Amino acid sequence: MAVTSLKEYIGVPRDTVANFNGKQLVYVSWDHHLLFAAPFLLCIPPQMTFREMVEGPLTALTQPDPDAKNIDWSKVEWMKSNQAWVPNFGASLADNGIGHKDQIRMRTPNLNSLRAAA
Amino acid sequence: MDTQVTKKKLGLKERYKLLTRDLGWETTFHTKDEVYPYVKYEGIKINDWDKWEDPFRLTMDAYWKYQAEKERKFYAIIDAHAQNNGHLNLTDARYLTAIKMFLQAISPGEYAASKGFARMGREFGGVGTQVACQMQALDEIRHAQTQIHAISNYNKYYNGFHAFSDSRDRIWYTSVPRSFFDDAMSAGPFEFMIAIGFSFEYVLTNLLFVPFMSGAAFNGDMATVTFGFSAQSDEARHMTLGLECIKFMLEQDPGNLPIVQRWIDKWFWRGMRILSLVGAMMDYMLPKRVMSWKEAFDIYGVENGGALFNDLARYGIKPPKGWDVAAGAIEHMSHQLFLGLYQWSFGTAFHGWIPSDDDMEWLSAKYPTTFDKYYRPRWEHIKKLEAEGTPFKNYGLAKLCQTCQLPTVFTEPGDPTMMCHRETEYKGEKYHFCSDGCQEIFEHEPEKYLQAWLPMPALFSELNGDIGAWMDWVGLKNGVDNGDYVGSQDQINFDKWRGMATSNKQS
Ligand SMILES: [Fe+2]
Ligand SMILES: [Fe+2]
Repeated sequence: MAVTSLKEYIGVPRDTVANFNGKQLVYVSWDHHLLFAAPFLLCIPPQMTFREMVEGPLTALTQPDPDAKNIDWSKVEWMKSNQAWVPNFGASLADNGIGHKDQIRMRTPNLNSLRAAA
Repeated sequence: MDTQVTKKKLGLKERYKLLTRDLGWETTFHTKDEVYPYVKYEGIKINDWDKWEDPFRLTMDAYWKYQAEKERKFYAIIDAHAQNNGHLNLTDARYLTAIKMFLQAISPGEYAASKGFARMGREFGGVGTQVACQMQALDEIRHAQTQIHAISNYNKYYNGFHAFSDSRDRIWYTSVPRSFFDDAMSAGPFEFMIAIGFSFEYVLTNLLFVPFMSGAAFNGDMATVTFGFSAQSDEARHMTLGLECIKFMLEQDPGNLPIVQRWIDKWFWRGMRILSLVGAMMDYMLPKRVMSWKEAFDIYGVENGGALFNDLARYGIKPPKGWDVAAGAIEHMSHQLFLGLYQWSFGTAFHGWIPSDDDMEWLSAKYPTTFDKYYRPRWEHIKKLEAEGTPFKNYGLAKLCQTCQLPTVFTEPGDPTMMCHRETEYKGEKYHFCSDGCQEIFEHEPEKYLQAWLPMPALFSELNGDIGAWMDWVGLKNGVDNGDYVGSQDQINFDKWRGMATSNKQS
């Protein structure tokens, strides 16, 4: 039973992609960079290219971290839904298989200034 | 003379029976199942409702008398506090952040508890249960009212208090306690009793109210201390009701044990998530600290909780499933949440601030193995950004947990450097969680939690991401209610008024 109820009960999800006016939610986080208290919530169109997402909102939002200026985007390791994954920077989010409410993670193995004091 | 003797012989038990006899009638037009339609579907089996004894057997006339007396005392003190500029006795107006959060997030919970107990007073089949729940419903509405009245004095002088009911309904962080009570109220009567009557009132209440009330006492807030005492005197009855209820369920039928255990696991976890707000309050918001969140948890959580679950072990009840994970995160949770409250303070109807050097000294002393290692470097960097004229604001907003609705600020069990990422797919939709505990709650009843109205996604689905429109809608005055405490109207006014009260300085 998917809910304890008197009779069959089907819920209606409140945040399906149809409610976002042609855009979709994408969550992005930067492993070990916990100056940012939670993954960023972006609301962006699926036609946006991966490069546009990186150079636009992601670059702007990561600025406050001391490692931001040293990111070499060609060396960043990516994960999607917690699995290793390689994006195509020139392709759209949709063509990269990034759906509504997908979680993208980035790792920069040698750049972890604020990770933890020794 | 004879009649007087007869009256004396009428003991408390008989009087109680007479007073409640009309609640226990045998139905003739409708079956009991029709009159009490919600007592069976949760799977709890009750063989004899009369086994539920109401240990207080408080009659209604006695109840009115006690409560009226408390109210008289309460309002006398609140009036004196207002007339004597009691607000200038605070250690610092920064303290009021804790009280703004309390009014927006916790007092509405009292009102929700009142609605919930009123409903349960109707749903339960036994007379003792019905009366006890109805009285608690009255207590809870009294708590909500006395809190609102006590805190309303601060609204005359300080920002962030003026729209608490809109905040309660609409602002993002209040959806954490609101969804907690909505979850309980939309459950059946037995789960409600485990959620609110047992887990909240019995297991967690000391971790919620004692820190707020002692924080108030330490920081000169007599208004809050007064409503705290007034409410605390009802707690013995509430705790007894919660404990009676769980013992009753476990004694009635052995098949009830696994259901009750799952509810304990669930509601402990949901409760601990709410308590992260209390942790942030104790460790960061009080100008004069009482004790650390960790110390409070050691006393009220580990010691008291341990004794309680030892006592329940004879029924086969085990400590809540998430206990060890929660205990392992105690030295991190307040730091992780307050860091978030600071960077999103443009969206809170209370102020944020960078902990002072003194604050950080205290935090490293209280959290010797975690604060300097993990959290101080972040604050030192934030201080640097502030000094360079680029104060840190995180306009990325946040991923919220589908179950507890907190931003997913918590880290992996055992690795405080790695954020906890949890997701699941149900009927083709993705859902995200802050923890295994929240994910398990969802997966047990997905049709319930998939309906969650998550405030951050809603900013985009309903208001197209327009932050100004959102602020109007939630009753947040930009530049007044929100942002940094340093330089705020609250700080400037408090310092000015206090100067006038304690020296010859004129405005
Ligand atoms: Fe209460
Ligand atoms: Fe959660």
